[in-house]
Amino acid sequence: MDLNNVMDIAGSAMSAQSVRLNTTASNLANADSISSSINQTYKARHPVFSAIQQALNADGVAGVQVKGIVESSAPVRPLYQPDHPLANADGYIFQPNVNLVEEMADMISASRAYQTNVQVANTAKQMLARTLQLGQ
Amino acid sequence: MSINFNQAFGIHEQALDVQSKRSATLANNIANADTPGYKARDIDFRQALQNAMHGATSPGLTRTDERHFSGNSRYLSTEQQYRVPMQPDTGDGNTVDANVEQAAFAQNAIQYQTSLTFLNGKIRTLLTAIRGE
Repeated sequence: MDLNNVMDIAGSAMSAQSVRLNTTASNLANADSISSSINQTYKARHPVFSAIQQALNADGVAGVQVKGIVESSAPVRPLYQPDHPLANADGYIFQPNVNLVEEMADMISASRAYQTNVQVANTAKQMLARTLQLGQ
Repeated sequence: MSINFNQAFGIHEQALDVQSKRSATLANNIANADTPGYKARDIDFRQALQNAMHGATSPGLTRTDERHFSGNSRYLSTEQQYRVPMQPDTGDGNTVDANVEQAAFAQNAIQYQTSLTFLNGKIRTLLTAIRGE
């Protein structure tokens, strides 16, 4: 039954979007976690989405999956603060490469997409329920 | 006049099948709205329904010998076609327009419910005939 398939597809999308929300929350939470070296500084993380491809004889549709989570390669922001207790020998501390504006936009996009997929699952549920009532 | 149960439900039985398949395709588009490189797909409803009605064998293939296998698939993946995007590429190769897909999904759901309503009416008619009320 293809309608069960719809639930799976919408569910996979909800799961992927919640991973995206999670990484965004992590990025926002760590936006101010400074450190004294580039390597120890928090790097912004983003999930990589990928469509699930099915075997040829099936419908070829199966939803979306998170291929992995990559760290942003944008440069971390050095800040000259020689009186800071975490400052390195040259007087610098390092701020994460989190772009607050991008993260906020990403968060709204993810939550909208999540809502859309909840609606899709809900509609599929109603269609299934009415199919089960056929002839009654 | 005799009642033929195979024909009693008319076109709606096949229509339900095609509509539920189309809902999966559209849901997949919506699910992949943020997947880089994903191309939106859809089913040619008229074609799919015709194939379902006539139990079409694989399109473009004819059996030239009795011993050939009959490719008796009702819905082949070749019926899925790629959508022509209305907007220029945003850079990630994704052609899903979430609004278009959402509207198409809602429309398809309503058509599905319509087919269900018709089927319910047919069943009720048959039941009335059987009971002789």
